[in-house]
Amino acid sequence: MSEGLVTQVKPATVPGGLLTASRVFWIGLFAVTWVLSTWSFALYKALDARWIIRFPKAYELPLEGWISDAINWLVDDLSFGLFTFRDVTRFISALIEAPYDFVRDLLIDGLMLGQGQQAVEILAPLSWIAIIAIMVGLALYARDRTLALLVGGCFSYLAVFGQWESAMITLSSVLIAVPLGVAGGLALGIAAYRSHKFESMLRPVLDLMQTVPVFAYLVPILVLFGFGPVAALIATVIYAMPPMVRISTVALQTVPEEVIEAGHMVGCRPRQLMWKVLIPSAMPMLMVGVNQVIMLTLNMVIIASMIGAGGLGYDVLAALRRLDIGGGIEAGLAIVVMAIALDRLSQAFSVSQVRAHPDPKLLFYRRYPRFSTVAAIVVATTLAGMFVPAIQEYPEKFTITTGTFWNSAMEWINVNFFDAIEAVKTLLFNVLLLPVKRFFAGIPWAWGIVAVALAAGRVGGWRLGTMAGVMTAFIAASGLWREAMTTIYLCSVSVLIASLLGIPLGIWAGQSARANSVIGVLIDTLQTLPSFVYLIPVVMLFRVGDFSAIVAVVLYALAPAVRFAAHGIRSIDGELIEAGKVSGCTERQILWRIKLPLAAPSLLLGLNQTIMLAISMLVITALVGTRDLGQEVYIALTKANTGQGIVAGLAVAFIAIISDRVVTALARSSQEKLGLK
Amino acid sequence: MERPVILDCRGVWKLYGQNPREFLTRHNGAPSDQDLADNRIIGAVRDASVKIRKGEIFVIMGLSGSGKSTLVRCLSRLVEPTAGEIRFEGSDLLSMSDEELIHVRRKKMGMVFQHFALLPHLTVLQNAAFPLDVQGVDRRTREEKARQMIEIVGLTGREDYYPRQLSGGQQQRVGIARSLVADPDLWFLDEPFSALDPLIRREMQDEFLRLQSMLHKTIVFITHDFEEAIRLADRIAVMKDGRIEQTATPEELVLRPATPYVEEFTRHIPRAKVMKLRSVMSPGVPEASYAGELAGSLTVDAAIEQIDGAAHPFKVVDEEGTAIGTIDARAAIDVMIGRISA
Repeated sequence: MSEGLVTQVKPATVPGGLLTASRVFWIGLFAVTWVLSTWSFALYKALDARWIIRFPKAYELPLEGWISDAINWLVDDLSFGLFTFRDVTRFISALIEAPYDFVRDLLIDGLMLGQGQQAVEILAPLSWIAIIAIMVGLALYARDRTLALLVGGCFSYLAVFGQWESAMITLSSVLIAVPLGVAGGLALGIAAYRSHKFESMLRPVLDLMQTVPVFAYLVPILVLFGFGPVAALIATVIYAMPPMVRISTVALQTVPEEVIEAGHMVGCRPRQLMWKVLIPSAMPMLMVGVNQVIMLTLNMVIIASMIGAGGLGYDVLAALRRLDIGGGIEAGLAIVVMAIALDRLSQAFSVSQVRAHPDPKLLFYRRYPRFSTVAAIVVATTLAGMFVPAIQEYPEKFTITTGTFWNSAMEWINVNFFDAIEAVKTLLFNVLLLPVKRFFAGIPWAWGIVAVALAAGRVGGWRLGTMAGVMTAFIAASGLWREAMTTIYLCSVSVLIASLLGIPLGIWAGQSARANSVIGVLIDTLQTLPSFVYLIPVVMLFRVGDFSAIVAVVLYALAPAVRFAAHGIRSIDGELIEAGKVSGCTERQILWRIKLPLAAPSLLLGLNQTIMLAISMLVITALVGTRDLGQEVYIALTKANTGQGIVAGLAVAFIAIISDRVVTALARSSQEKLGLK
Repeated sequence: MERPVILDCRGVWKLYGQNPREFLTRHNGAPSDQDLADNRIIGAVRDASVKIRKGEIFVIMGLSGSGKSTLVRCLSRLVEPTAGEIRFEGSDLLSMSDEELIHVRRKKMGMVFQHFALLPHLTVLQNAAFPLDVQGVDRRTREEKARQMIEIVGLTGREDYYPRQLSGGQQQRVGIARSLVADPDLWFLDEPFSALDPLIRREMQDEFLRLQSMLHKTIVFITHDFEEAIRLADRIAVMKDGRIEQTATPEELVLRPATPYVEEFTRHIPRAKVMKLRSVMSPGVPEASYAGELAGSLTVDAAIEQIDGAAHPFKVVDEEGTAIGTIDARAAIDVMIGRISA
């Protein structure tokens, strides 16, 4: 009788079944991979077949050379008749250079008339007091005194701690790159909103731009535009624009249909519909995009110091290169301070309150008291600055330098905790890093391609499987297998650690309001910091090597794991939890049987983001001496080898794309299973 | 005397799916349910014909998915019908160029939306003035007109509020002010009160009737609420699965439902709320003593207290004040308790 019952229920629907088809598949795939990885070297020796562990040199794709040749041809030979490609790049440079120089003059150098030695200063740069006043005024306008205090404090810090001039160089890059990024992103976003065809053409380009590591497109830009602030600005705009494009498209698409219909019914022309209805309605979300552009710009401006951006990023880079701990931390802190100020300020603008219209009968300065005060301060300090240098520039003798403090602090830590740090490092290295590294490094490339294709196919269908297989084959055929495996090893260890730390934190934050307020601030701060900054303390404490890289990556990639876990727990329908309580579940049972299964899609999306951030950070950790694909790109950058940079960059992008698609497919199927979609 | 037809919609189809136009011609313009299902085509509106007359309140009633919203969007050409003909004030709405359509919408149509569709970045005053802003009317003139409309809908004093600072009912008043500011002839209301609480809904219905008694617009009103339809409509079209089941006055619907579906709706409607004195009176006015006169357009429900309280029957009079019949307490109570002989 019981048999009859069992046959009615298909094995696949029994969750407790030990050997379901999918378990057999995954365990089998892992076992084969493990066996091949462990014995691949022995196999090569036994069969004397070197191709097992090394992709044969003779069959490697000569892509590197082709790309380099193509770029050289562009730069040297391409001509459109009246003008050459060179002229085009020069024209773009000039277009960007003019406003950049103007802003720089305004903030740092002063407006000059004439050339070189004969130049006459016609207007002094804005004094430090004026700039702080403008920032405070903006903060008051956007929100309140608390924010004004924060922003004012941040900028005063820059003056007092002697980072003013570098900070202003960085700020002038930001002031040029952000409007360009926002305008370009909005324009492309509108085009994608208007034409589906354009959107479907744009999407893969954006995918690639967001996954190709930043260093990789520094290389061609360096070749095309030369070393200097303009090249850095172009790279920055390219880097910061994709999220704005996406957010603009989505923001326009999420304007309620009825609002658009209302626009049609009052007789809007297409242009009126866009500028009077769609864009204003989408404004709050567009401002989120602007905030993103600002943060990415700041992030990139610093990375771009490698191709001549100057400013705070250059200070950090230089300090890292000469292992000047104090200087690095000082400049790094200045970046953090500036990032926090700009982030909070732009966020305040995105949720800014409704304002009453001032009474037009009042006098101008009564109508706009803040604007008038700020303007007065700017004029007064500019005039007074001509006679009193301390007003023009923050007096040097009052600057405080913390460099020596940081140096001795680091020394103290190293003296007192060296053994402890070393012990942890060694333990982790032996227990986790080394076995994982060996596992990935041993996988023969041929099986690697098959395994990736099988796994991706199992999760997302044959199309995804084929795509993943082809991309993996590209990596192998480019002769980058070993580097790619190192990248995957570093990435998987980092993601594992970040998830182990982040998911419990997120669950905790999702369940307790008090924990959330603390963890929220921590995560917000972590996310505000430009990626570069993470390297500084890590190098100071752990020196160069894989371990340092992993620590930096974990710190950088932690935020989404926490965020998505907290969000997943918090967005569970309260009724379900009540149903659990009424059925007599303990707190633990509610967590494990109700909350976690329901939060699974959210956790997977968090995992996806964590992986993406980890991959993007990994490339930057090339600076601390990893030997992965990032290093390959970094070397290409220092040699200005476009082909090498782009091929290695593509390899990183492919890894990111494969993992993105696979994890997204997993998340989708788990959402479908729960009926959430 | 029939009033002139303002909006004439004949055999309108709206199909969603692959090549709906070609599909329709393939089935000679009249595909069956089976044809639609076989081709995976959704018939949102199927062969709908309505004539909307000047000054009437025409209600399109149907449950969700019945196609009523799609039909009203075809009538305003927010949605392009797959087939059919729509004439607005005699000219062909579907063949109008973009420019002509913009002109018609600016000058002759107004629309109120279920979820208000106010622009979040504009104040009440700016929202109400928005249609004129789009037309390029100068600020002073448009704000003056908007102020008048705001006064009519009873929101004076809140001109500088933003939509999110208002309750649902107040927001819809802004929506109404906006739809009327350009003084349209044809007024579409797409489930205007469905998103509101029942009490507010009732209040807004009264407000709507009050406005209409002042403005005499031609109205196309969409609702899923049969009681609302009966309360407001001069005529009702009942829709189901994209088709119009019946178009009739509320009384006819209740008394002579054309299909079982319509009957299902009308079954629970108290007759007294629908029946007009005009249709339950005894025709002819014999010499006798009468308690007074009552308008034939009153419902029994509205008149019952007077009739029941009086010692004598009432005269029933038409719009011109001519007596056309009589009604006594017994006839009225028959209707109230559902004992209808008619």
